[in-house]
Amino acid sequence: MPTNDRSLDSSLPRRTGIWLAFACFAVLGAAQAYSISNSPAEGDMGHLQKIMYVHVPAAWMTFLAFFVVLVFSVLYLWRRREAYDLIAASAAEVGAVFNGLTLALGMIWGRPTWGVWWTWDARLTSTLVLFLIFIGYLALRGFVDDPGQRARWSAAVGIIGAINVPIVYMSVMWWRTLHQQPSSPSTLDPAYTLGLRLNAIALLLVMIYFIRRRYEIARLERAAEQAAQMAAMGGR
Amino acid sequence: MAWRDDWRRVRAIARKDVTTELRAKAGFNSVASLGVTILILLGLALGPDAQALRDAAVGAVWLALLFSGVLAFNRSFQVELESGALEPLLQYPGPRWTIFAGKLLGNLIFLTLMVTIVVAVGVVLFSVRIPSRWPTLLGVLALGVVGLVVLGTFYASMASRSRAREVLLPLLLFPMLVPVLVAATTASKALLGADLMHDADAWIRLLAAYDVIFLIATFLAFEHVIEA
Repeated sequence: MPTNDRSLDSSLPRRTGIWLAFACFAVLGAAQAYSISNSPAEGDMGHLQKIMYVHVPAAWMTFLAFFVVLVFSVLYLWRRREAYDLIAASAAEVGAVFNGLTLALGMIWGRPTWGVWWTWDARLTSTLVLFLIFIGYLALRGFVDDPGQRARWSAAVGIIGAINVPIVYMSVMWWRTLHQQPSSPSTLDPAYTLGLRLNAIALLLVMIYFIRRRYEIARLERAAEQAAQMAAMGGR
Repeated sequence: MAWRDDWRRVRAIARKDVTTELRAKAGFNSVASLGVTILILLGLALGPDAQALRDAAVGAVWLALLFSGVLAFNRSFQVELESGALEPLLQYPGPRWTIFAGKLLGNLIFLTLMVTIVVAVGVVLFSVRIPSRWPTLLGVLALGVVGLVVLGTFYASMASRSRAREVLLPLLLFPMLVPVLVAATTASKALLGADLMHDADAWIRLLAAYDVIFLIATFLAFEHVIEA
């Protein structure tokens, strides 16, 4: 089927994908090695502080991924190109992974530092709610079969969910606040800033690679779906 | 006048939905009974100490509203689907948003009746003392219910047409309702107590802003969602 072959061909070239994989994991390894070997044990937290090098960038990537979902959901409703829907879906999946990582690492850090695994603080609670919104988005995609319907509905859910993120954040912030000022280069001792920046870049590359890879798979899945439909209708 | 025609469409859809519910009654009765049952279960789980119940009253009532509301929203579209009525409804002339507005209005009437029952039972079961600022308390309840109905109706228009609608709707809806839950319960608790810090007003503003934002957003998005 010539049309199917073309849609397969137009997926991104594989070669650069592999190089991107090597590159981003090399950068990640280097960033981790640099930050772990160069950061002194922190006064209160000791070596626990090193969790920050993944926890904080992962949290940034979570929000960035949600932003990508928002942008591509809007683009989809505007232009109705299937690629936009698949990119939004890939970003949501990767974002959920980073979100889960943020929560898990935060808990591992919180237990020795605060003495509890979980506390109903603003930042923790809003990150958890964000996770639930991602889960809802992905569940919707799983439960709708028609590709057009799935794309339109998940775009709507993605946009409405993204609008809710600042509102959730504000409401739980008023509700309760315990989290320390979030770490960013401006609140950190200079000894830690470069490590944090390097790791943020590394995780950004990892995220781009993951989204891209997931997008390639999504394209192949769609092509397979179409081929199965053609076969069912008596084509070859 | 175009807007008058639109308003007639909205009213017609709402009246149709309310009439259906009034004639069948089974839907309303079961949903309201579920709300009351949830309250009773929460009372059993948290009681019987009167003070503990009083402290938990607001949260219990809101959880009962959320869990029973979810069933109501799914019903409003499910009824259309079961009789194959959604397609003809979409083919009627006039803008699509009137369908959403009509469903919204119908659900709002339905929920208002249910909320009245659940709240009354909650006040009795959880021995709530009615404060002097009870009109404001009702205002908080109303704003919260509007938020619940707007997003509930919107998500039900999708979830009811998917596989696994029973699970999908709460999964989509509840995380979105976190601000409503937090704002409504915190404001109500403040109003039931002394509210020395005048916290309630800020929460009421948040609830109002939430309602307006999502009313606009869902009206805009509905066009894309309802397409066949």
